[in-house]
Amino acid sequence: MSASTTGHAQPVLEMRRISKTFGPVRALENVSLTAYPGEVHALMGENGAGKSTLMKILSGAYVPDAGGEVLVNGEPVPAGDPKAAKQRGIAVIYQELSLAPNLTVAQNIFLGNERSSRGLVRSGAMRQEAKPLIDQLGLDFGVDTLVSRLSLGERQLVEIARALSTNARIIVMDEPTTSLSSRETEKLFEVIARLKSEGIAILYISHRMEEIYRLSDRCSVLRDGTYVGTLDRDELNAERLVSMMVGRDVSSFYTKDHKPHDGAREVALSVQGMSDGDLVHDCSFEVHRGEVLGIAGLVGSGRTELARLIYGADKATSGVVRLNGVDVTPRSPADALKHGIVYLTEDRKGLGLFLDMTISDNVNLCVLGEDAYGGGLRNFDAADRRADKALETLGIKAPNADITVGALSGGNQQKVLLARLLELGPKVILLDEPTRGVDVGAKSEIYRLIDQLASQGLAVVMISSELPEVIGVSDRVLVMREGTIAGELRPEGGQPISQEAIMALSVGQVERKPAAARAAHAV
Amino acid sequence: MSAATDAAKPRNSQQIKSLIMALGMLPVLIILGIAFELLTGNFLSINNLSIVTQQAAINVVLAAGMTFVILTGGIDLSVGAILASSAMAAIIMSLVPGFGLLGIPAGMAVGLLFGLANGFFIAYLGLPPFIVTLGSLTAVRGMARLMGDDTTVFNADLPFAVIGNGSLFGVPYLALIALAVILVSWFILRRTVLGTWIYAVGGNKEAARLTGIKVSLVLLFVYGISGLMAGIGGFMSAARLYAANGLQLGQGYELDAIAAVILGGTSLVGGVGSIWGTLIGALIIAVLSNGLILTGVSDIWQFIIKGLVIIAAVALDRYRLSGGART
Repeated sequence: MSASTTGHAQPVLEMRRISKTFGPVRALENVSLTAYPGEVHALMGENGAGKSTLMKILSGAYVPDAGGEVLVNGEPVPAGDPKAAKQRGIAVIYQELSLAPNLTVAQNIFLGNERSSRGLVRSGAMRQEAKPLIDQLGLDFGVDTLVSRLSLGERQLVEIARALSTNARIIVMDEPTTSLSSRETEKLFEVIARLKSEGIAILYISHRMEEIYRLSDRCSVLRDGTYVGTLDRDELNAERLVSMMVGRDVSSFYTKDHKPHDGAREVALSVQGMSDGDLVHDCSFEVHRGEVLGIAGLVGSGRTELARLIYGADKATSGVVRLNGVDVTPRSPADALKHGIVYLTEDRKGLGLFLDMTISDNVNLCVLGEDAYGGGLRNFDAADRRADKALETLGIKAPNADITVGALSGGNQQKVLLARLLELGPKVILLDEPTRGVDVGAKSEIYRLIDQLASQGLAVVMISSELPEVIGVSDRVLVMREGTIAGELRPEGGQPISQEAIMALSVGQVERKPAAARAAHAV
Repeated sequence: MSAATDAAKPRNSQQIKSLIMALGMLPVLIILGIAFELLTGNFLSINNLSIVTQQAAINVVLAAGMTFVILTGGIDLSVGAILASSAMAAIIMSLVPGFGLLGIPAGMAVGLLFGLANGFFIAYLGLPPFIVTLGSLTAVRGMARLMGDDTTVFNADLPFAVIGNGSLFGVPYLALIALAVILVSWFILRRTVLGTWIYAVGGNKEAARLTGIKVSLVLLFVYGISGLMAGIGGFMSAARLYAANGLQLGQGYELDAIAAVILGGTSLVGGVGSIWGTLIGALIIAVLSNGLILTGVSDIWQFIIKGLVIIAAVALDRYRLSGGART
């Protein structure tokens, strides 16, 4: 591993020859990793590549197999001891935030580490100590603010402040921007820059190329539990990273074989004047058969809310949904499904899958009634047939359809959810962040699937926060801002779909173009 | 993994695995049985086992209904009170000359009615199950007392008394009813679309709604079933006692039913569990009660030991599961 960017400094963190087996499964094999003070070391790899396991060993949640060791400033850290890891300055910012929303910022920063004397909590002292941490990070809320009033992004920053309160020297961030708006992401990047300048090493896990380009000094790639290699900042390039991750060349990442809409095809879905009186205001648009319509916009611009209204998941105050010219405005999801309008949720674990149920049950859930024998008896033969077909056609990696969905990786879970929707034979498919938390290989397969669906004549609506994805997959793009449709980009109308055009519409003005963002185009 | 024939084999091993999961508490039941046999010398006699099944029967029936409710992530605290009302209705109906046998359907109908009332408040008004059934625990108990003018109602000439005290080839009718209830419950949960929906609602209610499942209908059904089972329990206990008392009958039965379900490995959060586990859970409770009486332990210590064994058994189960895969 080279360390050219950081000179001859002593590494603050060394992980040596780390292996980890769970029963017969080998999650990590002889992986080594170093981090220097003031460096952002990115860690990439498909889901299941071993990143999370490696970080759990670092934080002391797992004990590595014999022979592996973790050193901070050259001294070994006791294995499998979260407390010791914390004391040595290792802090992990978790994806699932671990703050108490009913407490203040200051109380959260010292949660479990309260300043006290003779058993009484010293609130004043905690507030005083919290203040400089908040200032250090340049945050613009007070220490007495209730965490429930903060946005998701701000909460993450409180977690970072908490890490600093324990004198963390190594901070692990696991996909920190997944649920952040682009403004919040900017704020996080500023904070990361400050942390760097103070000599803190950051291990940064992400699937997003633009972030890796922008932030990382070095980027290491894991694949199937083994270490593939490390690229220095000036060696970073999308094709190389992707091929390191998937172990092959990815020449065509996006597939667009279907004929883009030429204006002659009939309208499949027409939405008019959709409002919910709160987050969505008077949205109207049309989607044609065989067309992929992208919906871009910042997080919180009302995209998910709009899709849920169309699907009947929430109550609209006004608005009409027409399918092939017929008013089908659904009052419930069951209603929408009956008309062939299906919705893929952005929150697959929380709102989509039944993690304790089998793949087969998850795939068949919407068509149980259709297949059932008289009186509602389950038809297990039909269910097996459908499940086996789904495994094959969508390439779901599982030994059989009777294992529980909770045991699958993110990409395979997403395919199971897609399979459930496709079993219904939909006419319109609303996809909300279809590749969130999905590894690179599965992403490409999902793009191919979207393309196939459009070729078969479905109307596809795809909400996405990843601009390269919106551009690579959509025939036409709507951009939402503050609950309204801010604009439309249609290439045949002379408005090419570009990151710059989408960003300009989503923020409502023309902004400075981030140079790194354009590089991600190449992917 | 593609061809259906390939898939058959792993499917079988999966079924064996889920069978082992379902029978998780069976070893505990067997160990308890052997221990009591060694302590008393007559626990495993045919005669005593027949008594144990008879004593377990009513709790098995209540726990079967409770399994439906807990699988959706709910709870039904009112089954003891509903049982009292149903028993009362069954006895009162049995006193009508010429229509005495209608006591059985009357008991079931009263149970179903109260269960559906619970379900209505929970499914359509969105009230929390704990609070609704806590309320009906009190209200329905009052109804039971009202029905009998707060006295014990007798029928020495009960037309369906054979159910409570007779047996078929040595197997008590009460035990046969309980077994039938378990089989029907298994059929509904594992062989019907509704059963799959019940698991789905318990696993993730909002996802179930987004999947197009009529969540309210499922909830109405499970509380209805729980009430119906309490109604069956009602005529069973009426048949056994030739009498019903609105104040005392069924006191605390809901707790035994819940304990049986939990012992059976059903998750209180919902979505995971099986009816066979519940059967074993209810048998463990019955074996403990019967065995402790045979060994001559005082009534007070019976309570203490029973409670501790329940906690220990569940702790053991958690430990066993955490050793394997995700729970």
